[in-house]
Amino acid sequence: MTAYLDGALSPRDTERFEEHLAPCDGCSAYLEQMRATIAATGALRAGDLPPVLEEGLLEAFRDWKRT
Amino acid sequence: MRSVAASGERSVVDALRAGDEAAFARLVRDLGPSMLRVARRYVETPAVAEEVVQEAWIAVLDGIDRFEARSSLKTWIFTILTNIAKTRAVRDGRTVPFSSIGAEAGEGPSVAPDRFLGKDARFAGHWAAPPERWEGADRLLARETLAVIDREIAKLPPAQAIVITMRDVEGFDAEDVCNALDISETNQRVLLHRARSAVRQALEDYLR
Repeated sequence: MTAYLDGALSPRDTERFEEHLAPCDGCSAYLEQMRATIAATGALRAGDLPPVLEEGLLEAFRDWKRT
Repeated sequence: MRSVAASGERSVVDALRAGDEAAFARLVRDLGPSMLRVARRYVETPAVAEEVVQEAWIAVLDGIDRFEARSSLKTWIFTILTNIAKTRAVRDGRTVPFSSIGAEAGEGPSVAPDRFLGKDARFAGHWAAPPERWEGADRLLARETLAVIDREIAKLPPAQAIVITMRDVEGFDAEDVCNALDISETNQRVLLHRARSAVRQALEDYLR
């Protein structure tokens, strides 16, 4: 399934995968859940750095610039 | 467009070389949270992970003049990060993620076997308890749901957590992850599959 989602299956295997999936409600729902899982995981991205770390990095940048 | 690094990468590199602090700050905010998440899985404490991230950025700055764009900027930065994290883990006497991929891929199926009909059933191997469609994209992206995902990733074996963070949180493609972590495509896929399956299961339990 992960190979399918990555587009890494051969055309023949892709076809066989989709042939199985089409009539199977369970597997179709599972694939849909996997896609939703991937999308939701991507939403984690908008995190923040601890302010102290961010400030430290900017400080390091200024030091680096001076050298 | 997923990130500052992907859009106009060349201009980001030029800005860094020119000492443009605003460009650096944008890049740090863009990549920093995922770097911290990845570093955390190599080392003992959040404080050490922060040190690793800081050290990585200094190495990035020191090396930016030599960056030749053979990989993307983002992949190059994460390669530096994971190398520094690895060195630190070794120095602290910790087991380094990816040092024994087989064990870290984890055993067992991605979906519990009792979700399928047994071999004596008429439709053996078919779903006994099929997954249901999840309604409402809003709920899936709600803060509480994201916290469920975050906690589940934190519980994964380190190699799985690192791969899912790079692939699905940060949006790297498979090849970049293999390059940055120096693992095979097959290993990458197995680890990602395990990780995604665990997160999917956690979401299914939560959304039920």
